[in-house]
Formats: sequence, structure tokens, C-alpha cells
Amino acid sequence: MGWLDIFRARKPEGGSTATAAKERLQIVLAHERVSRTREDFLPKLQQELVAVVARYVSIDPGKVAVNLDRGGDMSTLAIEIELPGPKVAVAR
Amino acid sequence: MAKVVVVTSGKGGVGKTTSSAAFATGLAQRGKKTVVIDFDVGLRNLDLIMGVERRVVFDIVNVIQGEAKLNQALIRDKRVDTLAILPASQTRDKDALTKDGVAGIIEELSKDYDYILCDSPAGIEKGALLALYFADEAIVVTNPEVSSVRDSDRILGVLQSKSKRAEEKKDAVKEHLLVTRYDPARVERGEMLKLEDIREILAIPLLGVVPESESVLRASNTGTPVILDAESVAGQAYADSVARFLGEERPHRFLDPEKKGLFKRLFGGRAA
Repeated sequence: MGWLDIFRARKPEGGSTATAAKERLQIVLAHERVSRTREDFLPKLQQELVAVVARYVSIDPGKVAVNLDRGGDMSTLAIEIELPGPKVAVAR
Repeated sequence: MAKVVVVTSGKGGVGKTTSSAAFATGLAQRGKKTVVIDFDVGLRNLDLIMGVERRVVFDIVNVIQGEAKLNQALIRDKRVDTLAILPASQTRDKDALTKDGVAGIIEELSKDYDYILCDSPAGIEKGALLALYFADEAIVVTNPEVSSVRDSDRILGVLQSKSKRAEEKKDAVKEHLLVTRYDPARVERGEMLKLEDIREILAIPLLGVVPESESVLRASNTGTPVILDAESVAGQAYADSVARFLGEERPHRFLDPEKKGLFKRLFGGRAA
């Protein structure tokens, strides 16, 4: 390390990788602390949703994608259920 | 048929997860369909190092217990499209991992992937034993430090006695030595074990040497596997190691101290 490092330390904090680390940790830990006191509801939520949809349309439980994006202020949960197309009668 | 590779070390904090993330990404970059599994149930971290922590929905325990399908639990990497991550559970206890459950997952993944990387937890308890049980090859991550070398030797013994290949008396698990956090300047000053000493003691083929590098912390800060930092010495050392793993001949680099000129000594040059 040389003496120029004295000036390096004054670099603005924003945009540094350490700031990114702190923000990522704050988000992930906020979510984990909540889930420590509450049971993971996602498996059950998914099962119940699929059951409800299956009451109306026949679906393949393997074609259900659950996507989550945890954010600081807001998270998005996207559940994608592939619906089969209308069966076309095949002429024999 | 996929190849199952365990990344293990015995000792904690030597760079298993960093190496798993780098290797998985490197294999995928070279077009291999790769999935990397976190076996550290209760203390998962691969998701953070890979930068997918916000997208974890289901985990390996959900799959074993039938609460989610395998393809729902897999997180597809957004940077390299042939790469997927299977996270560990953060809330369940370690007993939720069972040999039959893991066997089922590996069998199913084998159909779709070329490489299944198992990121082992530290220690030689259940999670670590299950991570190495199904391995065809093992990457033993070792620091140039007495306790790490001793624990690596211990884990090599476990590989040779407790893996599926050992139990079924098949060809032994293929072992690779990956030395990480190597500091050539300290080696030169006689403060750190030499590469040759580690090789002599452990006596397994050398896959690569990753020098101590500031880029590793930067990479973990941002959740970017360090191999994607192609400018950094650590990134290049991992890329070399992946190439060797795939059978390419590559000379070992970064084994000697960087020669600093007067300018660098005065104004500071850091390992990128």
C-alpha cells in the first residue's frame, strides 16, 4: 500500500461493493428473521392454489412455476400455471 | 450420465463455496449443463455467493419431502444459461437430508445435466458425508495453513472409505487438489507453506492454485462468482483450473510474487 491510499479512502461510499453487500444482507436477513418465527407457507400455498385451479381446469402439477423476488419494500410472488390448450379431436 | 463432483475440505472458511460457485459458473460458461447443490442445511450461503438469494422459493429439503418438484426448486442463473442452483434449506434441521432423498435428486438431475457439483458443508457430519457420498470426483480445497492441510488429509480418508464408490468397491473417487488463498510473497518470506510442501504431504494431483486476491471479497459482496471477473488473478486461476478439469493442459500461474517496480511500491499496487 502506498501513501496515495489515504486519498482512496475518501472515495464516495455509494456504488462500492461493500455498500452492495450491506444492502443485500439487510434484505435477505429481514426476510429470514420473519421466517424464523413463522412456518414456511410457500409449499402449502402452492398446493392449495394448484388444488383450486385444478377444480376448474385439468393441469399438470409439474407445470407450475413459482417465482419469487424478495425486495426491501416489496416482494413479488409470481405463480405460473400452464393450462393445457383445448383438445382438438383428431379425425380418423 | 452426469458426473458428480464434490467440493470439500473438512475445514471451514477455506473457500469451498467460493470455489463451488466459480467452478459451476466456469463449467457452464464452457457449455456444460451444470447444477450446483448447497448441502449446508441450516447455514446456506451458496445462494448469496451466486447472487440469487432473493429468488429462493423452494430448497433441497422441500424436494426431498415432496413439497415441491425438483424443477421448481432449481434456480436458473441469469448470467449463464446452462447453470442452475439448488439451494439448501435455511430453517430445517440437518436430519431432513436423507441418503435416499439425495440419491433421488442426483438420479433425476443426471438425466438433464453434465455436471452436478456438491458444495459440502465444513466438518465430517451428515451434510458433509452426504455431499461426498455420490461423488465421482472430488475437489479438495486447501489453504496453505497447517489445520487446513490436516483436515484435507482427513477428508481424503473419508472419501476413500465412506463414499458410495468405496462402499461398492468401484474405482476410487478421482481426487483433485485446489489450493486457495495462496500468497507467493509470504511463501517467499518463509511465512507460508510452499505449494510443493502441500503437494508432497497430500500427494494428490494438483488442479490449481488460486492466489489470495481482493477480488474474492468484491465478488462475494455483489453476489458475482469471481470467475466472471476475468480481469482478476483469482478469476483467471479458476478459469485455468476449470480448463484443466476438462482435460486441457495449462501452466500454473501466479505462483511467484508479483515483481513491484518503484512506482508500484510507492503508490501501492494491489492484487486485482
